[in-house]
Amino acid sequence: MKFAHLIWGNLKRKKLRTALTLLTILVAFVLFGLLCAIKQGLIGGVELAGADRLIVRHKVSIIQLLPVSYKARMEKIPGVAGVAHQTWFGGVYQDPKNFFMQCPVVPEEFMAIFPEFLLPPAQMKAWLHTRTGAIVGRKTAERLKFKVGDKVPILSPIWGRRTWEFDIVGIFDGQKKGTDTTAMFFRYDYFDEVRNSLNWGKGLVGWYTIRVKNPAEASEVAKRVDGEFENSPAETKTEPEGAFIQGWANQIGNITLIVAAILAAVFFTILLVTGSTMSQAVRERIGELGVLKAIGFTNGQLLALVLAESCLLTVVGGGLGLAAAWLFASHGDPTGGLLPLFHLPTVDLLIGAGISIALGVITGVLPAVQAMRLRVADALRRM
Amino acid sequence: MSENQANGGPLVRLDGVEKVFHRGTEEIRVLSELHLEVAEGEFLALMGPSGSGKSTLLNLIGGLDHPTKGTVTIAGERIDRMSDRALSGWRARHIGFVFQLYNLMPTLSAERNVELPLLLTHLGKAERRQHVATALAMVGLAHRAKYFPRTLSGGEQQRVGIARGIVTDPTLLLCDEPTGDLDRKAGDEVLNLLQALNREQGKTIIMVTHDPHASARASRTVHLDKGQLGDEPAK
Repeated sequence: MKFAHLIWGNLKRKKLRTALTLLTILVAFVLFGLLCAIKQGLIGGVELAGADRLIVRHKVSIIQLLPVSYKARMEKIPGVAGVAHQTWFGGVYQDPKNFFMQCPVVPEEFMAIFPEFLLPPAQMKAWLHTRTGAIVGRKTAERLKFKVGDKVPILSPIWGRRTWEFDIVGIFDGQKKGTDTTAMFFRYDYFDEVRNSLNWGKGLVGWYTIRVKNPAEASEVAKRVDGEFENSPAETKTEPEGAFIQGWANQIGNITLIVAAILAAVFFTILLVTGSTMSQAVRERIGELGVLKAIGFTNGQLLALVLAESCLLTVVGGGLGLAAAWLFASHGDPTGGLLPLFHLPTVDLLIGAGISIALGVITGVLPAVQAMRLRVADALRRM
Repeated sequence: MSENQANGGPLVRLDGVEKVFHRGTEEIRVLSELHLEVAEGEFLALMGPSGSGKSTLLNLIGGLDHPTKGTVTIAGERIDRMSDRALSGWRARHIGFVFQLYNLMPTLSAERNVELPLLLTHLGKAERRQHVATALAMVGLAHRAKYFPRTLSGGEQQRVGIARGIVTDPTLLLCDEPTGDLDRKAGDEVLNLLQALNREQGKTIIMVTHDPHASARASRTVHLDKGQLGDEPAK
């Protein structure tokens, strides 16, 4: 700590240069934070997916529906502990930008399969007693200012091109940080009754979620499910929930690879910018480094001083950038529902902090070695 | 004090010192077969024309460079055989440097500049502050402690440089043209200060200078020409 003023003094030497370098690093780390949050928004569900859950969808495509009668047959398959179905409703509340997922479900079955959705017992009871009842996740409730007792009109472009009315009877929270609480679930019997009157999609559901008795046997159970419906008019494709979510995200591309490629380019540029700044900073004070050596500073101490300087620069810039990204991400999904899990995970913050230190070491090491190798007599002549 | 000095030996002793530089295939002999002794408490002026090897000699005495041949013994310690790391520690303990161009850190205040050598000691913050205050008071700049080098005159900057040189109470103060960049008045002030340090504090000083006026303040002057020394009678 006693050398802190020496390090700080050197950074203050060229204030504009230091400020611009800091700004460059800051912008890079804001980008890093936001890309990590977007990645989390797209594939974060993979980590949160239940290891004991399988998704069963139509073999051809997720948009092809499956018969509701499959449920009873699935429940008889060995290894299956429970089955619940969902169907994409795709409704619009007031404006398309207010996007959030809505699905009709059978309440008891659904809540048994998805224990991560926490609903107070009184609200669950109200849901079971209200045919038009719907529960909505905390994030969407807060975003659209829904509260229990509200009557919410939702226009469905898929199901009858009409406005459906729902009574909000409950607001659910997530058990874990990052659990998606942007969706709305409403009763399947209400949905089925109305669509029957529309005479469209009768007896069909979107996909099934199966809970298996033993996660270790999940792949065996998946094979059994697909075997059960083989050669039927609606063959199935069963896969772990994580793989299903990953496949969904992969429609955009390999998100992790895309993010890594962008960040690699950004950090390589930062490496050059900061490295050049540090080299210049050391070159222009060779005489001063010579003085420090003359009065007894060792090679190791000079190496540490220069490295500390470059690390301070990258850690301050990186820290501010990560803080700005975290602050932005903490306000939640900026897209209004397309990235429900948009947030900056702690692990990415720690990776960012690690990158900022590594960047400081890498950019500082060459100038530091240059400072260390100075011959005092030569350096003093360059004061 | 070493056994050598306790027996009345010199503080600085150079025996058969040679320094050869290489420029490509050319060999430049800057110092040859040089012998020099400086007693403790002496104020020695080292004079000579440009390129005579004065600064090289000062660098050898200050442990900034190694001789090609010969021995350099300071306070009984052979420094010509020390490693770079050992020399760094030795310089921090024994040598105070005063440079022609003051060589202060522009980003540090006067007191922070003076404090620099103390950062290499085990002194706590309060003790360091006290040492710095004492050194600045000795050079008459206690009131300028918070000033940055750019706001000080040349003479004041050099006095800060001297305060930095003496703040650790070194065995030997080495001054390389300390008045070379100052006007006569400021130069006189610096020389008065060095003389006072020598006479009142008993500080051993070796000063490289071109200026006969400056060398006149020393207790002994030696002339260096073509790498060889020639003595002047002691005053």
